[in-house]
Amino acid sequence: MAEPVGRNHMPREWFAAVLVWSAAALVTVTFCWLLGDILWHGLSQISWTFLTAPPRNAGREGGIGPIIVSTALILGVCLGVSLPIGVGTAVLLAEFTTDDSLFGRLTRRSLDMLSGVPSIVFGLFGNAFFCKTLGLGFSILSGGLTLACMVLPILIRSTEEGFRAVPADYRLSAAALGLSRTTTLVHLLLPAAVPGLLVGLMLGVGRAIAETAALIFTSGYVDRMPESLLDSGRALSIHIFDLSMNVPGGDANAYASALVLVALLLAINGTASWLAEHWLHRRIVTI
Amino acid sequence: MNKCNVLVMLTKYVAPVALSMAGFLCAPASAGAQKATEDQLAGKLVITGASTLAPLIAEIGKRFESLYPGVRIDVQSGGSSRGVADARQGLADIGMVSRAMKEDERDLSAFPVARDGVCPILHRENPVQALTDEQVVAIYTGKITNWKAVGGTDAPITVVNKADGRSTLEVFLHYFKLKNVDVKAQVVIGDNKQGVKTVAGNRNAIGYVSIGTAEYDAAHGVPIKLLPIGGVAASTESVQKGIFPLSRSLHLVTRSAPSGLAKAFIEYTQSKAVHDLIKQQYFVPLAD
Amino acid sequence: MIAGAIVLLIVVFLVMEALPALRHVGIARFFTDPSWHPAEGLYDLTPMLWGTLFAMVGSVLIATPLGILSAVFCRYYAPPAVARTYRKLIELLAGIPSVVYGFWGLVVLVPLIGAIHPPGPSLLAGVAILTIMILPTIALMADSSLTNVPQQYVRGAAALGLSRWATIRGVVFPAAKSGLFTGVILETGRAIGETMAILMVCGNVVQTPHSLFDPIRTLTANIALEMAYAVGDHRAALFVSGLVLMAMIAALVGAADWISRGRIYG
Repeated sequence: MAEPVGRNHMPREWFAAVLVWSAAALVTVTFCWLLGDILWHGLSQISWTFLTAPPRNAGREGGIGPIIVSTALILGVCLGVSLPIGVGTAVLLAEFTTDDSLFGRLTRRSLDMLSGVPSIVFGLFGNAFFCKTLGLGFSILSGGLTLACMVLPILIRSTEEGFRAVPADYRLSAAALGLSRTTTLVHLLLPAAVPGLLVGLMLGVGRAIAETAALIFTSGYVDRMPESLLDSGRALSIHIFDLSMNVPGGDANAYASALVLVALLLAINGTASWLAEHWLHRRIVTI
Repeated sequence: MNKCNVLVMLTKYVAPVALSMAGFLCAPASAGAQKATEDQLAGKLVITGASTLAPLIAEIGKRFESLYPGVRIDVQSGGSSRGVADARQGLADIGMVSRAMKEDERDLSAFPVARDGVCPILHRENPVQALTDEQVVAIYTGKITNWKAVGGTDAPITVVNKADGRSTLEVFLHYFKLKNVDVKAQVVIGDNKQGVKTVAGNRNAIGYVSIGTAEYDAAHGVPIKLLPIGGVAASTESVQKGIFPLSRSLHLVTRSAPSGLAKAFIEYTQSKAVHDLIKQQYFVPLAD
Repeated sequence: MIAGAIVLLIVVFLVMEALPALRHVGIARFFTDPSWHPAEGLYDLTPMLWGTLFAMVGSVLIATPLGILSAVFCRYYAPPAVARTYRKLIELLAGIPSVVYGFWGLVVLVPLIGAIHPPGPSLLAGVAILTIMILPTIALMADSSLTNVPQQYVRGAAALGLSRWATIRGVVFPAAKSGLFTGVILETGRAIGETMAILMVCGNVVQTPHSLFDPIRTLTANIALEMAYAVGDHRAALFVSGLVLMAMIAALVGAADWISRGRIYG
């Protein structure tokens, strides 16, 4: 009575395989189309002059020098603010709270929500709070602070993972040796958690550079070389936006700027995953 | 070992950022900081508002900066309503408005700087050469939806409308006696340049922008053409002669009577020294 | 605690800025006014809500099967070298900024759609771009949850003589359910919150779409377009739409929480 079950399932197997392979093919083709398009159109424009000269004629000609500087400055502000706060909160979460304390749960919930908030709402908030209430106006400072709010959850989450990866042995040995809590923290745990911190940093930087909506209302549009943090500055992502939407004939430079942005992100994400793979697992020596 | 690594990392990454940040923060700059001495102006001006005026004011600003090296003029577009709002709230020192001032804007000080018009634009290869006022109204209210009804090819019309808050929209609606609720558009755009780009990219699109922007772009090779209104050709000459029906004056506004750097700049904009720039952008300078 | 403070601050700010509109206009009018024309005092959010919902539903419906199948491909069907490359490709795409996607959509997709059926900027373009954007999210989440399925399950199924697809469908999917659900929730959140790409390809006309080729405006794009110059009640109305967005995200996060708590031990 036992029928070979395999025979009946052959068509379904074959159909499933076709489905899966075609899904993968569809995805691959679409993405290659996209990346290829950007590479094809953007590569011809890239040159050292492009990367350092200021934009002329509304960005149709010239380069993106000041824009790269503005982007770097915005990033600097963002990291300078979010790093201390992020590490501090991660330390608090990992070391001084337990998993089911009310404080820990509340903070974790808030972080989850924060990471889900749409970037435009951050832009709204940044505009209302940093630009108007604090009176910073359209400036690199406002932009950087708004981005710091966005990057915090990623940073905290990653650093916390770094802390948690430290095996209990370290802490127990430290206690057995009679080290104070602070000493343990500063000399033992922080260095061990640095890889996690760096990964979080890279991921946060990646997210910050890609941000457009939050920056439009906070750091402004001006494409000149900024002279101070209170100046308005245009980030790379906004430049791409402006060129493609508003400038007839700006497509060529938009392609090139997009290529620069994607290349930058590739480098950052690549470093982050390399770090995660090699450092995170290497530093924690378990017996 | 661990401590050294952390310290090294701190010095390598954090210190340079902190130092450069400190350096930047020490540089004097804040929106509106202006010093005016007898012969040396310095400071920063933030000017926002109408996309029509933005390129012109940016050019005038560059020339002003070359005259007074200590000055920095930042121009951003965003629409006339933004110019009014920013000037009122102090987010900008000067607002750009591309229409006559309204009743409820009497609290602002307004300074006319040039004249301009608004005209419909089509793609250069669209065979239609002119549209009557009724046809334009019918197209924009969705009663005519195909180009063949007005003598063009058999293709659906893509209507491009401007977003709320733009004076070009208000001027257009006012002349054709339409309300924005009646307009049935397929694409809504913001800046003039965006309108030009949309129409240039679509053979069956119709939009309306400032004559200055349209003539400038057409002269630089963008494939659009300007349609006459009421039989009068849409060009800077007609606006100058005063015979173009859809004309408007362009203003700079400030929250209160301007002083110092803002005053100097506004006076410069209204002077004869920039008439060539105004003509270059295809606007009409004010006759003095 | 600062994170919590920031979330609270954001919500409080939004509410404070939104209050004038809520008081003058009344919350019912946000859904019953004839249209969205702030210049005339009309604040109907519904066409844009529909725009957001349609774009989200459309993209999630397409991206989820594609993403899950991609993960299945990576794990079970592809030779190891191909799987590695494929995974790297997806990770790369997860990092591309939305403005680049929007730009590509604007210069490639929109004219393509326009040639098929004018005008071009449309709901379809928005759904297509959103799908491409959220695909990596669901694919990567699915990949990691498929990896977490205990090997004993798969080996047990093989020992029982189940075919590959039967194993996947009958054993792996149920085991990975909670991870897959989390992935869907994450991608939906991203779809709701996307602003720039939608702004660039959807046409930005405030209307309830009747066909795939109609241009639409989502809540997010609306805020981006009108924020710069909105004053008074108009500005407060924009903050109200910001609150609506936050509420949608909160509902999603709550749902994710509830699902994972209930199912993870099931």
